[in-house]
Amino acid sequence: MRNNQPFRDVSPTRRMTAALLWMVGLLLLAGMTLIFVPQASAQNPTPPPAISDDQVNAIAKEMYCPVCENTPLDVCPTQACAEWRELIREKLAEGWSEAQIKQYFVDRFGDRVLATPPARGLNWLVYVIPPIAILLGVFLLYSAFRAWRRSAPPPAQASPPAAGSAPASDEYVRRLEEELRNR
Amino acid sequence: MSEVITESTQKVAARSRPPWGRILAWGGLAVLLALLFFGLLRTQSGGKRIGARAPEFTLTTFDGQTYRLEELRGKVVVVNFWASWCKPCEQEADELEAAWRYYQPRGDVLFLGVAWTDTDKKSLEYLQKFGITYPNGPDLGTRMAQAYRITGVPETYIIDRNGVLAYAKLSPFLSIEELKSAIDPLLED
Repeated sequence: MRNNQPFRDVSPTRRMTAALLWMVGLLLLAGMTLIFVPQASAQNPTPPPAISDDQVNAIAKEMYCPVCENTPLDVCPTQACAEWRELIREKLAEGWSEAQIKQYFVDRFGDRVLATPPARGLNWLVYVIPPIAILLGVFLLYSAFRAWRRSAPPPAQASPPAAGSAPASDEYVRRLEEELRNR
Repeated sequence: MSEVITESTQKVAARSRPPWGRILAWGGLAVLLALLFFGLLRTQSGGKRIGARAPEFTLTTFDGQTYRLEELRGKVVVVNFWASWCKPCEQEADELEAAWRYYQPRGDVLFLGVAWTDTDKKSLEYLQKFGITYPNGPDLGTRMAQAYRITGVPETYIIDRNGVLAYAKLSPFLSIEELKSAIDPLLED
């Protein structure tokens, strides 16, 4: 009869120990799940949005790298410029705006990276000199035309002037004739 | 006759009146040219003249430390401009690091690396690749490069204990002996 007794028919102390072990096991499992699940999801982040070359070049074409002067960043073949374009791509993927990216480059590499220099300091001259030069040119041309018109000879008259209408000319003619007679 | 006199009097009066328009125009032009001249003069001033006071600078390193030249009097300062994309810079990277390790225990020589027009990511990769341990930082706004009027990289400037520019090299160092021969005379003073 003793052998017919179920094997699981254990003492209450053993049953409590088993229950405790189950609880500890479940707690451990829950803890490990909490620890490892976020890590696992961090290892598989959502891929960044693909940024096309056109998007990068739209910003790069308005910038210049100090290494290769006078060559816009979008067409510059050097390694330095390739890295800058890659940086633009990274910033775009992070959601930065064009203005933010340009400001970042200005902060890092100075105003000279911009195709259009900001209007401050000496840069003001770039914006002020051309209109002033144009105004100056217009004024000088106007002055020159006025001076030419003043110095130009009076138009030839078709009919002889009426008596007494040009006393200065008459006087001159009279003196001229007198001089010729005296010769 | 009286008309002749009147006309000539008017002409004389017109001539004696100051030509304000022209004065203003030429004056404006002169002021603009003067502004341009002094602006360019200021931009081009300073620079690398051996024996002259070295241009002041502030360098914040990649790990956030700040070095001001004016606070480094009493030390010989070696300023090396480099970039991660610069192949000749790689030639001298080991020599510079070896020289830094040689002089570092003395405490009176400081090496500063300045990353020129470089991205942080690439700069840090370069420093790690060559095991560079002396302070390095980006040239923010390319202000240092403009102050020293560098023409490219690598370029190295050595400033004596009094803040005077004592040595400039516009190409890579080929050996640690070359570096020593530039630094050692400055430590004898």
